Amino acid sequence: MSAIQNVSRRRFIGGVFSTGAFVLAAQVLPRSAWAQATAVRTGADTAMLNPSVYLGIEPDGTVFIVTHRSEMGTGIRTSLPLVAADELEADWSRVRIEQGIGDMRYGDQNTDGSRSIRDFYVAFRQAGASARAMLLSAAAAQWGVPVSECTASRHEIVHASSGRRLSYGALVPAAAGLSVPEPASLTFKPRSEWRFIGQETSIYDQSDIVTGKAQFGLDVFRDGMVHASIEHPPVLGGTIRSVDDRETLGERGVQQTVRLDTFTPPHLFQPLGGVAVVADSTWAALKGRRTLKVEWNDGPHAVLESDALRQQLIDNVSRPANVKRNLGDVDAEFAKGDTGGTVLEATYVTPMAAHASMEPPAAVAEFRDGRVTLWVPTQNPQAVQDSVAAALGIDRNDVTCHVTLLGGGFGRKSKPDYAAEAAVLSRRLGRPVKVVWTREDDVRFDYYHTTAAVHHRATVDDRGRPTAWLLRSSFPPIASTFVPDARDPMQFELDFGLVDLPFDVPNIRVENAPADAHVRIGWFRAVTNNFHAFAAHSFADEMAKAAGRDEVEFLLDLLGPGRIVDLAPQGVQYENYGAPIDRYPIDTRRLRRVLEIAAERSGWGQRRSGNGWGMGIAAHRSFNSYIASVVEVEVDDRGGVVVPRVEQVADAGVIVNPNRVRAQLEGAAVMAVGLARTGEITASGGRIQQSNFHDFQVARMADAPRQVTVHLVESDALPTGVGEPGVPPVLAALANAIHAATGRRYRELPLARHMRA
Amino acid sequence: MVRLTINGMARTFDGDEEMPLLWYLRDDLRLTGTRFGCGAGLCGACTVHVDGVAARSCQTPLSALEGKAITTIEGLSPDGSHPVQRAWVEHDVAQCGYCQTGQIMQAASLLARTPNPSDEDIERGMTGNICRCGTYQRIRAAIRTAAQERA
Repeated sequence: MSAIQNVSRRRFIGGVFSTGAFVLAAQVLPRSAWAQATAVRTGADTAMLNPSVYLGIEPDGTVFIVTHRSEMGTGIRTSLPLVAADELEADWSRVRIEQGIGDMRYGDQNTDGSRSIRDFYVAFRQAGASARAMLLSAAAAQWGVPVSECTASRHEIVHASSGRRLSYGALVPAAAGLSVPEPASLTFKPRSEWRFIGQETSIYDQSDIVTGKAQFGLDVFRDGMVHASIEHPPVLGGTIRSVDDRETLGERGVQQTVRLDTFTPPHLFQPLGGVAVVADSTWAALKGRRTLKVEWNDGPHAVLESDALRQQLIDNVSRPANVKRNLGDVDAEFAKGDTGGTVLEATYVTPMAAHASMEPPAAVAEFRDGRVTLWVPTQNPQAVQDSVAAALGIDRNDVTCHVTLLGGGFGRKSKPDYAAEAAVLSRRLGRPVKVVWTREDDVRFDYYHTTAAVHHRATVDDRGRPTAWLLRSSFPPIASTFVPDARDPMQFELDFGLVDLPFDVPNIRVENAPADAHVRIGWFRAVTNNFHAFAAHSFADEMAKAAGRDEVEFLLDLLGPGRIVDLAPQGVQYENYGAPIDRYPIDTRRLRRVLEIAAERSGWGQRRSGNGWGMGIAAHRSFNSYIASVVEVEVDDRGGVVVPRVEQVADAGVIVNPNRVRAQLEGAAVMAVGLARTGEITASGGRIQQSNFHDFQVARMADAPRQVTVHLVESDALPTGVGEPGVPPVLAALANAIHAATGRRYRELPLARHMRA
Repeated sequence: MVRLTINGMARTFDGDEEMPLLWYLRDDLRLTGTRFGCGAGLCGACTVHVDGVAARSCQTPLSALEGKAITTIEGLSPDGSHPVQRAWVEHDVAQCGYCQTGQIMQAASLLARTPNPSDEDIERGMTGNICRCGTYQRIRAAIRTAAQERA
């Protein structure tokens, strides 16, 4: 439910609307209960008005819709305005989209967790419906006819019986003076009259993208701006021992070097520290770094060795750990030994990964008179405000963050250390500064998707069905980014694909073992689901194959009769991705449906797996959405893998823009296959050993799935996210397909460890 | 001193000739549609045409460009009407869009030399261009559409 205000005569967002415009502000109530935890408060709780939607109409009829969520490729900047425009009965060609700056009055702006549509669909609908109702009232009053005789259609109010029409623009002065209707009195268009929701719409920025005009963070220039490239300490928390910049300063175009302090723990989104080379041009700054000589004090995180950490995590999951969910009595079943059925056991291991968005981190900052203005490709502009304010010791209200388009994000750009670097340098130099990270900086100094080990153990009955199931994971948690030396995961890290295992098993115990973090942890698309789902759905496949049963038939049996899974009685404070559990329950009927549809559409079971060809399947609920993935593989005699096809079936409730939903699920399949094949970051001596796309390989056209087919389930359920949930099931379905094709079970990623992936 | 043409306009460069074309385009000329992705010729985001052939501008120093004609995305067509650009729109290829200008320049070069590419030709021609959003199948489809339109 939203509270909507008429703010036509207030000046909330300078520059977007003219003084004559009719402007509504819609506030989401209650605000989303879940925001990925940060140490810094948004302050939105105490704001007088925190509208998530600004919708305005200019006297010339132009509709402005302000989006407060960041565009990193999901299409959200188009899709949320489509929702408002639909209810408004707007002509889409007359809608202009404005990108909101960072402002706590919007409420949470961190564009992560696949929740923009879920959390703001209603608010945008209500904003559109409210504006339509007010335009109807204004027209009815002008004509002296009952509102009920008027209709809104394509940017006009129409009085059918008299044939009179008034354009939206003409009604602006009158509508701006009206009070906003009570939310309870609003009427919404029936689904049959939706004009945009559920229809294919191209993204707003498409033309700018294909002509090169689209502006990303790196594309911002300011008068008098200098360029900076920063040599960071190679080990997290390291400090400068000595700097020799004589050659650097002799490079043409280099102006100076600047030493940057290493953060005081916790590192949060603070700058890493290091030495900045400041120059007339990007090239001069990059060249200056080549000859810069810095010696470092590494500090305690130099202990990190990937191989040792891998073994540590495997050891951690081989012995009892902290219980996070308990149903029935797993131990009693296990104690029966062989008389209780066959015991299956497996440990799965996944490596660190880098986000490697195509646009490396970059930011422009302009500090002047105690205030700073930034242009940042960021998923989280309020975190920019907070991090910059903290770094400079100024008030967050003196930090203005403009949000550019993002050249990819995938989670990395929720963490604005690079913006804080630009702000610190701009104040120091008294000039606008652009900070550019190289690809090498990006790969070596990411907030990494963490490495993990997951152990599964089950006793199965004579049909292969588990009677007891133990799941145990261990991974360096993101909590360490916010609390020094934190070793225990936050609840949501446990929720995702681990404690919310939906299978119908009488005895389940979930455990987690703490682990030390020695790099900055920051989740990759789909978060802990990636390794939890890879393990759980690989293990389910192992059970099916051990029992000699068809995988789909087995999984449906494992899911059991359709039901709502209630974790509360099992000792779990399940956060459900921040969504209320009563409205977004864990509904295995929806999982069963996507599984059945995926099997049918993929031709499951029609061809016999083996001899280098196979199909694998997995169905997973994440971010309140339900996805089933079927992966088809061909494996040649030398271990080369080709993925001819991936079938993605999604139930994400009402689909706003199927064009973009399909794109997300296509891209997720490509990213997942790339991650599974070659996605691995390693460290030695605390130093990351990869640096660019030659040694941190991501999917290219030749190794991506040849074809990804997406089927969207028709649904009236509340809309839920699609940015992330397409990744996790593909990871497991791929491993399951390789097993089907070759008989070989790979429990450790990346596949390149085992085969010519 | 380097004399070259950029999008049909004669230019004279009088700076550090070791500088890659990428930074001349972006920082000096503000032709920012050519993107920085890896700085090592590994991703293709910086692809432009040098005398009509796709080249990685991050690996092409100004010193190598005397007398050359450069085309960037801004010069591929006056209004986004190149068949490849139109096909990109038709297939809604872009997600974040950052790499797509490089993809389009690569595809335009591919089609100029191979007007009717096979799947293998497309794969071979495009595999140097990374799209982290994973738009590859739409890129393939768009290239096929553009090829048909040109035929």
